[in-house]
Amino acid sequence: MKTLKILVVIALVIAVSAFAIDRVSDQAVSDTGYAVGDIATDFSLKNVDDTMVSLSDYKDTKGFVVIFTCNHCPYSVAYEDRIIALNASLAPKGYPVIAINPNNPKAYPEDSFEHMKIRAKDKGFTFPYLFDEGQKIYPQYGATKTPHVYVLEKTTEGLVVRYIGAIDNNYKDAKKADKKYVENAVSELLSGKKVSVETTKAIGCSIKA
Amino acid sequence: MQKSLLYIGLFVLLIGCKGEQKFTMEANEVLTSKGVVIPVYNFANLEPLLRMKDGKTRIVNFWATWCKPCVAELPYFELINSRYPDDQVEVILVSLDLPSQVESKLIPFVKRQRIESKILLLDDPDADNWIRKVDKEWTGSIPATIIYKDNSSNFYERSFTYNELEKELKKML
Repeated sequence: MKTLKILVVIALVIAVSAFAIDRVSDQAVSDTGYAVGDIATDFSLKNVDDTMVSLSDYKDTKGFVVIFTCNHCPYSVAYEDRIIALNASLAPKGYPVIAINPNNPKAYPEDSFEHMKIRAKDKGFTFPYLFDEGQKIYPQYGATKTPHVYVLEKTTEGLVVRYIGAIDNNYKDAKKADKKYVENAVSELLSGKKVSVETTKAIGCSIKA
Repeated sequence: MQKSLLYIGLFVLLIGCKGEQKFTMEANEVLTSKGVVIPVYNFANLEPLLRMKDGKTRIVNFWATWCKPCVAELPYFELINSRYPDDQVEVILVSLDLPSQVESKLIPFVKRQRIESKILLLDDPDADNWIRKVDKEWTGSIPATIIYKDNSSNFYERSFTYNELEKELKKML
């Protein structure tokens, strides 16, 4: 009788732990970040000018172009001038660029806050370049690499994700890019249309937490 | 700096299969410097290499010199390449370095690390188009690896230790 009891307890332990494993993997699946249509989180992150920046600080915008980018990645560097140009053309239309460096400087010393300040100054960034301290925001968005863009539209429901992916279809040469994904998405949103290309894929530098 | 860029238009990479079949891949261009030869492909020309059906197991690793986790795991791919017979397992390292950095970064790296696996450069800016063709699950971050033989293929968007890589390889052998 005693052995049976022990067996029951063991079976119960196994059943319970199996359940626990299921729970964990469920969470992992839901942890992959935003899909188009999801509501994006706001944040409060430190900018290169030492002020804290939140999306809620922007009262008169129609949305945002949130770009996870960094200093060390050649693909990010290749897009720097285009990110500046995007902000110049889209901020006046109500879609300012918000750049976020998601990398842990322990993995990439070049991506430290001090180096972000230097880069922003050297390149003359006209938009916030924020540091995801503790690497807490990028996993919520589901960014996996730099550069990785999220176009958000401000609605009564909150900030709705309308586009996820690359800036355009040619990382090497801006002049040869004939699909300008982010510009097209924003101009479709501005004219009240549905975004025609909602997600694109691109090679980028893996984000290191 | 010594520099010799060869643009011969057509570089034929011969992949011998038990001396019977020969398979040709047309490179778009070939970059050479310091005795290192890097054929450059667009995706259309590279794609046949991901779909060979000759009984050989191929490990295709997408990497770049700027990608730290990629560089960290390269020795394991090299070790697999040296430990398994060429007619059974072939390691192909597909570099995604920017073409402008081939001479300054990639070639010196290959020379310094004495890399013996096959290296080629994938230069195809329309990534949204070809990333999906490599694997529909791939988000585009590297390292990423395909291990395939004939009609079975596994895709990994992750880093490996040697033991992990060998374990995955053995599933395919």
